Amino acid sequence: MSDKEYRQNTSARGGLLFMRSAPDIALGERVQVRDHQGRQRNGQVIRTAKDTVLVQVFEGTDGLDLERTWVRFLGEPFEITLSPAILGRVFNGIGEPRDDRPPLVSRIMRNVNGSSVNPAARAYPREFIQTGISAIDGLNSLVRGQKLPIFSGPGLPHNRLAAQIVRQAKLPGEESQFAIVFAAMGVSYSDARFFQESLESSGVLSNVTMYINLADDPAIERLILPRTALTTAEYLAYDLDMHVLVVMTDMTQYAGALREVATAKGDVPSRKGYPGYLYSDLAEIYERAGRIKARHGSITLVPVVSMPSDDITHPIPDLTGYITEGQIVLGRELHNLGLYPPIFIPPSLSRLMKDGIGKGYTREDHARVASQIYASYARALEIRNLASIIGAEELAENDRQYLAFAEAFEHNFVSQGEDDERTIEDTLNIAWDILSLLPAHELSRVSEEDLARYHHHEFPHVEAS
Amino acid sequence: MGEVLEVNGPIVTVLLPGVVNGEEVKLGELGLIGEVIAREHDNAIVQAYESTEGLRPGEAAAALGHPLSVELGPGLLGQIFDGIQRPLHSIQQQSGDYIPRGLYLPSLDRERKWAFTPATTIKIGQRLEGGEILGLVMETDSIEHRILVPADTSGELLELAPAGDYVVEDVIARVRDTSGKIHKLKLYHRWPVRTARPYQYRDHAVIPLLTGQRILDTFFPLLKGGKGAVPGPFGAGKTVVQQQIARWADADIVIYIGCGERGNELVDILESFPELSDPRSGRSLMERTLLVANTSNMPVVAREASIYVGITMAEYYRDQGYDVVVVADSTSRWAEALREVSGRLNEMPVEEGYPAYLASRLASYYERAGRVKTNAGISGSVTLIGAVSPPGGDFSEPVTSHTKNIVETFWALSKPLADARHYPAVDWTDSFSGYAGIAQQWWAEHVDPLWEDYRRKALALLAQADELSRIVNLVGPEALSQNQRWALEAANFLKEGVLQQSALDPVDSYCSPDKQFALLKLMIDLYTSGIELLDIGVPVQELLRQPILARARRLKGIDLEKEPEAYAIFSDELQALKLSMKSEYAINQEISE
Repeated sequence: MSDKEYRQNTSARGGLLFMRSAPDIALGERVQVRDHQGRQRNGQVIRTAKDTVLVQVFEGTDGLDLERTWVRFLGEPFEITLSPAILGRVFNGIGEPRDDRPPLVSRIMRNVNGSSVNPAARAYPREFIQTGISAIDGLNSLVRGQKLPIFSGPGLPHNRLAAQIVRQAKLPGEESQFAIVFAAMGVSYSDARFFQESLESSGVLSNVTMYINLADDPAIERLILPRTALTTAEYLAYDLDMHVLVVMTDMTQYAGALREVATAKGDVPSRKGYPGYLYSDLAEIYERAGRIKARHGSITLVPVVSMPSDDITHPIPDLTGYITEGQIVLGRELHNLGLYPPIFIPPSLSRLMKDGIGKGYTREDHARVASQIYASYARALEIRNLASIIGAEELAENDRQYLAFAEAFEHNFVSQGEDDERTIEDTLNIAWDILSLLPAHELSRVSEEDLARYHHHEFPHVEAS
Repeated sequence: MGEVLEVNGPIVTVLLPGVVNGEEVKLGELGLIGEVIAREHDNAIVQAYESTEGLRPGEAAAALGHPLSVELGPGLLGQIFDGIQRPLHSIQQQSGDYIPRGLYLPSLDRERKWAFTPATTIKIGQRLEGGEILGLVMETDSIEHRILVPADTSGELLELAPAGDYVVEDVIARVRDTSGKIHKLKLYHRWPVRTARPYQYRDHAVIPLLTGQRILDTFFPLLKGGKGAVPGPFGAGKTVVQQQIARWADADIVIYIGCGERGNELVDILESFPELSDPRSGRSLMERTLLVANTSNMPVVAREASIYVGITMAEYYRDQGYDVVVVADSTSRWAEALREVSGRLNEMPVEEGYPAYLASRLASYYERAGRVKTNAGISGSVTLIGAVSPPGGDFSEPVTSHTKNIVETFWALSKPLADARHYPAVDWTDSFSGYAGIAQQWWAEHVDPLWEDYRRKALALLAQADELSRIVNLVGPEALSQNQRWALEAANFLKEGVLQQSALDPVDSYCSPDKQFALLKLMIDLYTSGIELLDIGVPVQELLRQPILARARRLKGIDLEKEPEAYAIFSDELQALKLSMKSEYAINQEISE
């Protein structure tokens, strides 16, 4: 079938090509489209019937002349070529080189859609990854095989944070084979460049595979890019036994492309025009992270989700939060105070933290310290709110201690340098320095033993500020 | 033989004259399984339970002659099934880490032998009705599996197998119905998932389902055979609440349906439950648990089926006389699957793209919960707890608001509470339980007659404190009276000392009914003692300084098995403190006079 070209196109719009009287074509089949100038485009069949076929063209349908466009059905699903030489390379969303080097040659081909992992074959992630960032390690620990997104907003330093995680992430006390897959969808040239340089400067570029779709590249290619990237990650993790960290930016751009195509297809919209299947579509991507019992490698996924107008209830962050195992939320107020990383603690969460920390992983007091900080900081924010109404001098002595605690927490614990790499021990010690600003009887989430062992027991008198 | 005409994602149009709606269909060379959801002339619209990638028009299709149904018999417990009851452990053994398409293994192990004991109460020649007990098999060490006559079969018993070891396919009885047809009964039978299993009559639910979670049992109780819902935005702790219920509920069987949720959550159960023991039987928790998994990356349409597969198995154990708890996590994902199929059929959407039949489907699903007198004449119940995942945490969205109309117990989870790590983040103002009146009788009889009294005091105190916090946020704490400041503090120790309960704390993860009441009583007594002291002129600052307040917050973490006297000691100290402060202030007052 692959040597035959068809030309019965009836319409082309929004990246979709409708065709009449094609032979029985399989759903998901790969397609090559040749336009009147002889240029190749790539596509995939997304709906098929006896007499019509709907093709999604990754390079878009701009400039297609219906009369002079030829379509060839390749008789195979959408697959990418994989080999160990994929590390150190840069590709576009459909796996074509972007680095002026020849395409990969290998017999290993994988369907980019993957298949569902049997839940019975999964292993529960529980190995603590030290990122060197206190707000993450101490309060929202990342574990191997977790999917932990960064919720951010326009202008916030999510890229710097993602790059710092990539540079510093390690399992304490273990040297292992690691790889990074970087998937960029609709990012600006400067953002892509920033990542490349940041990885280069830390000397890990030879362990990185990049898939890049810039803001001015075709939007539809963004639909397949995360799947291509994750297929690569699965190959590295499960065939080559590597621990793979996948960074994806920006999922909101991905969802935008999905909405564009869904609208063109005439799908019934649900919230904010996104199609009803947005949840399952995102889940297909996120759920590919994890660990499998019988394999050595792992896939840890850190997607960046920018929240339009900083709205965490927007469908993209909202549905993401329902699928991923927690979220790191960046806050504009902290950023405006000049603090980096501006991780806003109350809405941030790591669901897998409970099994990856404590004795044998980090330190025995870790879980209780994290819980105490959360509770005390929540209290402190309430008091800060109150102080903004009635003035700090009206507060009770005890309440002023909370204000001092919040200040110290934000400046000394959350805030740290971009090159500052703290061990988990350091992080917990800083946490106790700050908790010690509060009297021991205010700390009901830590144990008596913790207090005896770690609390400084000197209560500085706090002046009203 | 039919033919595939069109493939649109999971919706396949097939030329297949003569099929009926609901019938199971096999599609294409791979033999993908689907279900007929609509008929148009000779065409059938089929929803496929597996990915249709690679399926092409022109491929063959065949009707299987029966609706989507499940196998019911010994060997279900401890298993994990997918949304159409395929056994995931066996699939893994056969084909590795990924689920291949078109692979259908029997749900029940065909090789395993079960020791069957025929029922002594039935005799050859006797008339048997559907649902009656033929005999017993020990399915696990704690669960006796009662082999039932299939619910749609009845007649004269011709033969009953003697005690012995049988595989599920062995015929253990023969029954002749009134038309003279002879039915061979095996250790298992099949039942269509969309048809509720019959029973004699519906009974009142009267016994609380005890989960060991204070906020649930004491404040918003659910009954065995009741309907409950746990709505909450992401990160509010829905999963933990549900896992705690699956872990600690005093049910005989727990069926956990992971419907469109995270794979790792099911793995967590699979890995941790075998290690945990049932607080009542002492046996591994996995022995009473059954999982249905359609994780979020598994085919969407099977998600729609998964909740029916789960509840049908629950009804089967109910018919054996057991109390079964079904946790459906999450019904929102089920509704979304419904919406996805509806959208592909170009049905007219009503609210947020959901089809008009959403509310009626939800209601009829929840109606499958209940306490019944089974056809075997015994009592059994299905308690249904549905998680709801409202987009953006907005409880006015269609799935949450419809669910709220249906259920009797509503455990509303709140994001602000979760952000302050107040877990379980069950909001005391938005939650409700229509069962509190019935539960009260049980608590009065088994725990303490004053239960309702204390419960009501606590809820009133919480409501008062919410009101006071609003005032404080407007004008500061100085505006409050002494009594009001004490009420605010009392609400705090009530929240920290009673409402908050850590699932991770080995002692506090489960709280017995007696301990629940004892804790509640101590906190309320502490509060009323304070009020008494304020009334004789003790300043509130003096009260707030008492170290006993910090200790009250830690009472929940005390293991009463190791320190059985701890609460009595606390109570005595409280009395002593009250007396000493009373006398001190009485003297002060005399002096000042």
